[in-house]
Amino acid sequence: MTTDREHPETLLPLPPATFHILLALADEERHGYAILQDVEARTGGELRMSAGTLYRSIARMVEQGLISEVARRRAIADDERRRYYRLTPFGTAVARAEMRRLSTLVRLARARGLKPGPEPA
Amino acid sequence: MSRFYRTLLHLYPSGYRAEYGDELCRVFAERAALRSGPLAGIANAFAAIADVLPNALAVHAEILRQDVRFAVRALRRTPGFAITVVLVAALGVGANTAVFSLADFVLVRPLPFSRPAELVKLWQYTPAYSRNECSPANMRDWGTLSSSFSGMAATTIRPGNLVGMGEPREVQMARATPELFGVLGVQPVLGRTFSAAAVDELSIVLSDALWRSQFGADPAVIGRVVRLNGEPHTVLGVMPPSFRYPHAAIEAWAPLALKPENFEDRDDTYLEVVARLRPGVSIARARADMGRVSAQLERQYPQTNKDLRASVVAIREEVGRGSKLLVLALCGAALCILVLACANLASLFLARGLYRGQELAVRAALGAGRDRLVRQLVTESLGLAIVGGVVGVGAAAAGLPLLSRLVPDGLPLAGRATLDLRVLGFATLLVLVTGLAFGLGPALAASSASPRDALGSGGRSTRARTHRIRAALIVVEVAASVVLLVASGLLIRTLLRLQSLDPGFASAQVLAVRTPLPVNLYGVTRRRVQFYDRVLEQVRALPGVMSAAYVTGLPMSMRGGIWSATVAGEPPADFGENAVGMRFATSQYFSTLGIPLRSGRDLAGTDTRQAPFVAVVSESFVHRHWPNQDPLGRTFRLADTNWTVVGVVGDVRVRGLEQTSEPQVYLPPAQVADSSVIGYTPKELVVRTADGLDPLSLVPAIRRIVHAVDPEQPLAKVRRMDFIVENETAPRATQLRLLGALALLALLIAGLGIHGLLTFTVSMRERELGIRRALGAEAGGIVRLVMREGVILAAAGIAAGVVFGYVAARGMGALLVGVRPEDPLTLGAAALLCFATAAIGSLLPALRATRVDPMTALRSE
Repeated sequence: MTTDREHPETLLPLPPATFHILLALADEERHGYAILQDVEARTGGELRMSAGTLYRSIARMVEQGLISEVARRRAIADDERRRYYRLTPFGTAVARAEMRRLSTLVRLARARGLKPGPEPA
Repeated sequence: MSRFYRTLLHLYPSGYRAEYGDELCRVFAERAALRSGPLAGIANAFAAIADVLPNALAVHAEILRQDVRFAVRALRRTPGFAITVVLVAALGVGANTAVFSLADFVLVRPLPFSRPAELVKLWQYTPAYSRNECSPANMRDWGTLSSSFSGMAATTIRPGNLVGMGEPREVQMARATPELFGVLGVQPVLGRTFSAAAVDELSIVLSDALWRSQFGADPAVIGRVVRLNGEPHTVLGVMPPSFRYPHAAIEAWAPLALKPENFEDRDDTYLEVVARLRPGVSIARARADMGRVSAQLERQYPQTNKDLRASVVAIREEVGRGSKLLVLALCGAALCILVLACANLASLFLARGLYRGQELAVRAALGAGRDRLVRQLVTESLGLAIVGGVVGVGAAAAGLPLLSRLVPDGLPLAGRATLDLRVLGFATLLVLVTGLAFGLGPALAASSASPRDALGSGGRSTRARTHRIRAALIVVEVAASVVLLVASGLLIRTLLRLQSLDPGFASAQVLAVRTPLPVNLYGVTRRRVQFYDRVLEQVRALPGVMSAAYVTGLPMSMRGGIWSATVAGEPPADFGENAVGMRFATSQYFSTLGIPLRSGRDLAGTDTRQAPFVAVVSESFVHRHWPNQDPLGRTFRLADTNWTVVGVVGDVRVRGLEQTSEPQVYLPPAQVADSSVIGYTPKELVVRTADGLDPLSLVPAIRRIVHAVDPEQPLAKVRRMDFIVENETAPRATQLRLLGALALLALLIAGLGIHGLLTFTVSMRERELGIRRALGAEAGGIVRLVMREGVILAAAGIAAGVVFGYVAARGMGALLVGVRPEDPLTLGAAALLCFATAAIGSLLPALRATRVDPMTALRSE
């Protein structure tokens, strides 16, 4: 998979799972299961990825250069054998670009007088 | 549970599994631990499957996408390689697909009848004739005395005249006993078939083809009355398109109602019998059963049934031995081509693997696993094989009509094989086999080179091994092309021999047409003779006509018509030893067909029933009965009549060029009793025209003449005699063209293979050649050095090829007429041709070797 590292926009729009994994890694390095837990918690259990889906996303994102494995294990690691991932600068740039895209969409919708309305039950 | 999950992980590509397998297991286990309750185990198992299956597929698809993209990029850089591979693969797949569809059609595919494996044909078998039609009485007794069959039916071919629908037209018809459709188990698509209870002779069942061509596929055709042979026939039904019985050309069926008098003469054999085995009865048991029945009939009717047995043949086995062998020979040739194509492609890919050794080593060094590299290379070769396969199948589909001439006409099948799902399945299999055969080996070889070898200047051992494999493949290619050359060479010799045979008559400038003369209208001899006289008188008066005559059946068209002729005073002999081909012919028949009159006179219009009964016989009849004596005035007995010989003519190859024919006896048409031997009524009008006049140009004038004499007589089967003779060798010529083309292609591929290998050798040995040049080696010496390898490989291949070619030729011995399988001329020519090709293939690289510049060669290392 080749991506143009200069232009984060080439990857947009991001699949929801990818965006959420980027968000999960925004504040700290995490291992796979921690990513799942974080995503689930943040979406109120709405986005539940299976192990296979998660690692397929991770494998692709590593290849695209959005995230990378942390080579050096952390001193405070809860489990030494786990593989930890963190956001790359390119990943950060892509996440930002996706944010911009989404907020532009929301702004456009509001300008047309559209309101989010109540959450469905 | 985690063990189950870990096992499922094998569905992922191994590289991916190595990378993420542990993590996947850990995450899955943590998830699974959250589930509790009595059904947790089952829920987890389902979750495991639901997780692994789609994701593993997705990973494979992703890798495939990458590999295909990579392969396309790599092949774009070497379009020559890609095109060569596609063409060679197309050749292998195409040739095999076409030949397989023919073989499947002719030999394997179930016939379009209900439970066709139970259907058998029954023939009268005598020591002289293994496959003779049956008499009504014998068939009736076979049916009542045997216990093996659930039903039995008979047909006999009787063309009919369809009139009142535009031009009168001859319809190829079979008269069938009412049981036929039930025994074959086929229902009409419209209307009904004959009822066994009340046989209405004036009814007819149409084939799909006739219904479409003559009745515009009118669904309201049932109940319509058509004029057939001058009598009104009611259309009962229409059969499905696949129904063709007893053979492909039959257009309609009318009931055959056998009358008591038809059962009197057991020597009058004209029924083609089909029967259905009772469930559970094997052919062997039916044969034993019929053996018992025949023995019983022989005791009961020693006069007519002496040595007469019933041969029971599965309907699928009706294909003649020659036709079968012909198809099998083509299968062999196609397999040869496949082997050759695979060998050639493997060689190409091996060479490419060496060129790409560095690139692969770099990728391996960067962490791509070996299986990942193999997978990518196999994707490339399979991709090319698939493209080649599509091209090949397309070519095969386009070429199938050409193969239709090889479909034997004795089968109840359409005249043309078609590509269907079975054949496409076979083609897919071929593509996979080809792609893997030439892709996997080279991929394993290329990926096994250690990175250090390939990246450093080393790698010589890999190269040397690859080179040995490629050399072996060249030997295979040369051998395969020699086999094909030998086979086609022998067939060429056979064909030439057959074409140079004298058929016994002069076919040029002769036109043949048929007037059907249905028996219900022309059963009376006087009426028939009047018709001949009036037609012949006017035809002979046409400008450009040299002579004209009527005869029973044309040579090479009517091959049977065999009777027993005995000479008073000779010891009794078997039927075969007394067999003659009986024909009725008007005057001028011999001069029209250019059959030489050796002595005596021609038959004449004055030979009537009031005159002495006379015959003209062929030379071999004289040799058999009156060697070295004057045959004129001698008598013999045939068809319950004594005949006096008044003339002797040359022998004609009635049965065709490849078989021996019985002696011929020609009798005057006017000396036949009314409604007697009606199957021998002369219906063929033959006309010899002046040189330079196209015989076919007379057809309109002849049509007018016939129409004036009897407006209901169509002109059927308008042919030139030389076409009939040509047709004799047409299947062979088609087969030969096919085999010859394959052989030439094989030769070309082998030559290119040698060229490719030696070119590669030269580029690999540049350094050595450069040093030799620097040390003063002559150009001639270099040429010899390089060519020696090509010559040795060619010699090895030719030696193997000649051996295999001889074995193949022995196998097709029955296809060869007058040529021995070990024919030295053919073997020598094949070897020489192959050797010359190899020499040409080697020469170019050798010349290139002499142009190696010592300085560049040494620097490049």
